[in-house]
Amino acid sequence: MAYFEYQNIFTQVQVQGEPEMGMAQTGENILGGERTKKATFSTLIGWIGNAQIGPIYLGWAGLISLATGTLWFNIVGLNMLSQVDWSIPEFVRQLFWLALEPPGPEHGLSMPPLNDGGWYIISSFFLLISVMSWWLRTYLLAAQHKMGKHIAWAFLAAIWLFLVLGLFRPVLMGSWSEAVPYGIFPHLDWTTAFSIRYGNLYYNPFHALSIVFLYGSVLLFAMHGATILAVSRYGGDRELEQIYDRGTASERAGLFWRWTMGFNATMEGIHRWAWWFAVLTPITGGIGILLTGTVVDNWFIWAIEHNFAPEYLGAYGYEAYGTYQDFGGVPAGGN
Amino acid sequence: MFPKWFDNWNKDNPTNIFGPAIAVGVAGSAIFVAAMIVAWGQPFATASQQTGPRGTGMHVQEFVSDLAVYPDVDGFVTSEPVVPTADSQLAIDVLEGVPPALANVTVENYERLREAMRSWTGIPDLLEPGNDSYQTALAYSMIEMTQNINQNWAGHVQANAEVGVTCYTCHRGQPVPNNIWFRVGNVNSNVAGWPAIQNRVTMTSNFTSLPSTYLEHFLLLDENGQYGVAQVHDLESRVQQQPGDPLIQQAEMTYAWMNYFSNSLGVNCTFCHNTRAFYDPAQVTPQWATASLGILMVQETLEQYILPLETVLPPERLGPVYADVPKLACRTCHQGEQQPLNGLNVIHNWPELAVVDDMPDYSAFE
Repeated sequence: MAYFEYQNIFTQVQVQGEPEMGMAQTGENILGGERTKKATFSTLIGWIGNAQIGPIYLGWAGLISLATGTLWFNIVGLNMLSQVDWSIPEFVRQLFWLALEPPGPEHGLSMPPLNDGGWYIISSFFLLISVMSWWLRTYLLAAQHKMGKHIAWAFLAAIWLFLVLGLFRPVLMGSWSEAVPYGIFPHLDWTTAFSIRYGNLYYNPFHALSIVFLYGSVLLFAMHGATILAVSRYGGDRELEQIYDRGTASERAGLFWRWTMGFNATMEGIHRWAWWFAVLTPITGGIGILLTGTVVDNWFIWAIEHNFAPEYLGAYGYEAYGTYQDFGGVPAGGN
Repeated sequence: MFPKWFDNWNKDNPTNIFGPAIAVGVAGSAIFVAAMIVAWGQPFATASQQTGPRGTGMHVQEFVSDLAVYPDVDGFVTSEPVVPTADSQLAIDVLEGVPPALANVTVENYERLREAMRSWTGIPDLLEPGNDSYQTALAYSMIEMTQNINQNWAGHVQANAEVGVTCYTCHRGQPVPNNIWFRVGNVNSNVAGWPAIQNRVTMTSNFTSLPSTYLEHFLLLDENGQYGVAQVHDLESRVQQQPGDPLIQQAEMTYAWMNYFSNSLGVNCTFCHNTRAFYDPAQVTPQWATASLGILMVQETLEQYILPLETVLPPERLGPVYADVPKLACRTCHQGEQQPLNGLNVIHNWPELAVVDDMPDYSAFE
């Protein structure tokens, strides 16, 4: 095996055989009865995760979530299709440009006409139910498995940002027109306009914190993933065993970092770091969005008042630094 | 072909050379490319024009190969004026069909100008006596427009140097100039209001999903006789959210408009603004003032000279949606350059086009 096969992006070991069907569907395992009965294997899926597909537990929360989520998706899609006069080729061509927009500011928090944001409100209502029942599902499943609720709380952090953008902040601002449009490019336009309108979001300290945690999450994830892969030949990828019975994999991984930077995480600690960094990204971001326009109108001026936007003393205008003749203009005197 | 000991040694020492070979090849190529870039410079050299203090990232970036390229400059037909003498005759007393705006032009200079205008606009029989097509009436109005821009908007068209405008600045040898615009109104079907005017790939939206109606919003009078104002934010506290305060929608409209500026002039935001604080008048460049004058110039020009052509133009020249007059704005003249025709001084030889209702000034040629 050439050494670079260790660097593969795909899982190197796949297990396929008798499907693992889970706990017996009896006794206190009451929700287990709603699991699907079949399981299959996919080699393709096995390259990125477990090759076994199914059984799945959907439950009432999952069913509600899927149904309302599908409604939201279809309302958005049909509105886009209607905007191009039901032309499929035009729908495909314009797909990244099209959007279901929130109502105009003149409608405030009232229910607008369907063709001016009304469908946006209706679809958002379904999206809200869908996301919240999916969250409930993560909570109930964790309870059923007698797990901690860390996944549900982490998901709730993301939902916090989602609710700030689409519900809390528009309500505080008194207008649904503050919400984010559903569309590929239009939501990016919204982001730019939001930043410019409120005086440059880069001067929002919570935006800065959110970026710190976002990039920090990436860094931690890269360090952790690399460390574990590097010691998987010693069983390092069996992290739970390494936590309660520290073996040579953990020892080597820890020593590597301690000798590199004088300090190392532990098998437990690294996961706490990762969880908090990930969770704090949308929490701080959501705080920053919520304060924008409601408490702080112009983040640049806020930054000047708090002495962290510097002054630049120097000339403005290209003529202070050269002439147009030096940069694409025709030579002087030409006629 | 190789000696026997070599083949035997290879047979006894089987080694997978592909892994190291690929690694050495990739690393070696990367080092080679890096060394070449360092030694010879990157092949697509760029140049930048600084527009603000260091540390603010204020500059305009161009490929060197795009600089000093003047596709339309060579096509500009020009000739020195004939300085009138005491016995020069005015064209309007001698020739037929002389536009009233050129009433003070001598015969020699009128014929010189007419010949140039035919080349500039690509209309071979322009101002031919007896030609009563709509182009004649249009030319009368456009000559006045050109004179008005040169005389009364020198703050824009002569902002940095004597440049001015002639027919060629927009026309570039074509009867209908490039980069004209029409009203588009709603671009989306089955919706009203804010969702109706945006989120489509259109020429006017510069292929963004921003509003397509910014030109009519900012450059044409609305039903109350007002122009749209570029609103993003200002120094007022907007936390109270009073009616009329600029919102995200105004910011998007302004952004579409600014995008048009940027594309029209071949520059980016930092040509006029320190982007950390778009609103701050203390952090804009002198070009910002020139551009602001340009907005006023376009508004006046549209109102006084372009919109009245609605009764003059034939239907096939009118807009596809509202049958409106083809209109001008920044890009019609600038066509992607900071100064139209790369700052070529087009007005120097044409004093006839530089004044409204007055004697052309030939003093530079005496």
